[in-house]
Amino acid sequence: MSPRLVLVVAGLTVREIVRRRILWVLLALAVASVVLVGWGVDRLVTLARGQGSSEVEIRIGVSQVLIMIAFMFSFVLAMSAAFLAAPAIASDVESGTVHAMLARPLQRAELVAGRWLGLTAVIAGYTLVAGLLAIGAVGFVSGYIPPSPLVAIVFLAFQAITVLTLALALGTRLPSIAAGAITVVLFGLGWFAGVLGNVAVVFNAAPLAGLGQATRVLLPTDGLWRGVIYGLEPPLILLASVGRGAEALRANPFFADAPPPGAFIAWSGAWTILVLLGGIAAFRRREL
Amino acid sequence: MTDPAIETHGLRRCYGPTVALDALDLRVEAGEVFGFLGPNGAGKTTAVKLLLGLVRRTGGDGRVLGRPLGDRDARRRIGYLPELFRYQPWLTAWEVLELHASLAGLPSGGRHAEIDRVLELVGIASRAGDRTGGFSKGMQQRLGLAAALLGEPALVILDEPTSALDPVGREDVRAIIRHARERGSAVLLNSHLLGEVERVCDRVAIVQRGRVVAAGALDDLLGESEVRIRVTGLPSDLAVLGAFGPIVEDDGWLVVRPLDPERIPELVAAIVGLGGRVHAVDPARRSLENLFLEVVRDAPSPGEPAA
Repeated sequence: MSPRLVLVVAGLTVREIVRRRILWVLLALAVASVVLVGWGVDRLVTLARGQGSSEVEIRIGVSQVLIMIAFMFSFVLAMSAAFLAAPAIASDVESGTVHAMLARPLQRAELVAGRWLGLTAVIAGYTLVAGLLAIGAVGFVSGYIPPSPLVAIVFLAFQAITVLTLALALGTRLPSIAAGAITVVLFGLGWFAGVLGNVAVVFNAAPLAGLGQATRVLLPTDGLWRGVIYGLEPPLILLASVGRGAEALRANPFFADAPPPGAFIAWSGAWTILVLLGGIAAFRRREL
Repeated sequence: MTDPAIETHGLRRCYGPTVALDALDLRVEAGEVFGFLGPNGAGKTTAVKLLLGLVRRTGGDGRVLGRPLGDRDARRRIGYLPELFRYQPWLTAWEVLELHASLAGLPSGGRHAEIDRVLELVGIASRAGDRTGGFSKGMQQRLGLAAALLGEPALVILDEPTSALDPVGREDVRAIIRHARERGSAVLLNSHLLGEVERVCDRVAIVQRGRVVAAGALDDLLGESEVRIRVTGLPSDLAVLGAFGPIVEDDGWLVVRPLDPERIPELVAAIVGLGGRVHAVDPARRSLENLFLEVVRDAPSPGEPAA
């Protein structure tokens, strides 16, 4: 594999996203959302103070709102990643652009790897900018900064990268619409199975809990989402998790008392590489 | 001795039970313009994709520029205009060529000048800075041609290069093909426009049902002369004229083929001797179109493969 050609394709991918104004639209939407969120949190904090809530209560409230916002952002991010990555190979094949490119000394693996690298750079950069803006805006109006904002942003980006990898890999064989739709459905199912699995742990429903675990291995998005929450959860709430009702708290899909284990993070990295390699292998066998 | 630009032996490609290419035997020499003809569905585009490694062979063998099919090193020296030419609509013409120059690994020093050269050659230099999304089909095809000619490749494969061009554009493409040959490139020209092929190609091959049914130098294939005579008042029995060659009546014309042009006066005298009134005499060489129609119609089953 030639790193130079991978970089050529990655650069082309970034240029496409910029030229087609997709990146600007996403950034404009992010800025608009941040303004709205800032305004909403500001109203909330003002109202709470007016009603005599303590600062601790306000911080806990704001932290939970922030987690909700992060959840919605993670969903938007996953959708964007899926719909950017699904056509990255598929629509080039559909339009015939790929024929002229692959007649050059460009290997199919380089095309897929370059696409992946370009998309990953865009999604990671976008997550960093939008995430910092949102956390910064909330911090500015409420004074609450989560304990590890960068950890949360890294897990958000990681989750989006797993989604884009899946969509890209599916798009090497499927039409872009199908690849995008399947990815979004799988992402939703993964989250749902994660929630169910947590509930099952609390109620000792072993088969269901096993299903939740298995789903996280097959599609690590929900497990990575737990990392986002962990980065945003204030220490006060973590304290609650050692007291009474801790079990019930763990069933909450917006709660995490520990970061995802190292082995899980390693597996998520391996999963991403394996799915990418699978996509490359599938594309190599494809007749154009 | 230089390797042939293209050499295939019994190259075969099936899609399930469908045979797209049966057994292609082809040889294109370095530096020649080769016409690759055949009716729709004969397997021409499949053959081109096999040569480029876009599709895998089911059987047979082949080499391009002395390397195995689809070889990366060979692809460095091939320019290709696909039948469905589409380029990134959000790039300018110049950027598309820059992308292709960089994929082809052209030395970055001369890239700029080379892009300007091919843009000038295909006549779209004035639109170099425009996005290709706004190009007409003809302009896009010219851009594709420019991409195929980047870096003076040893082999240029053109799949229907004039399908979107007007007569002026076609004339330009003929000039471009001749120019490429002069610079030492071999050209594989896949086209339906037989008049065009006839005007630029050194040799042709006609494929039908995935096999070559006729191949050779144009002069050899079209060498047979014929004469068409408009005549009235002839008796129905023309056996006497049979001595000149096979005779066919075609819409009021008497066609004798093959016939040595030297014997035309003799033939006319014989017709007059039979009481015929001669209105017109038209000596002609067979056109490639006639040859094509004969070969394709007369070969319901695949004929002997020719090289």
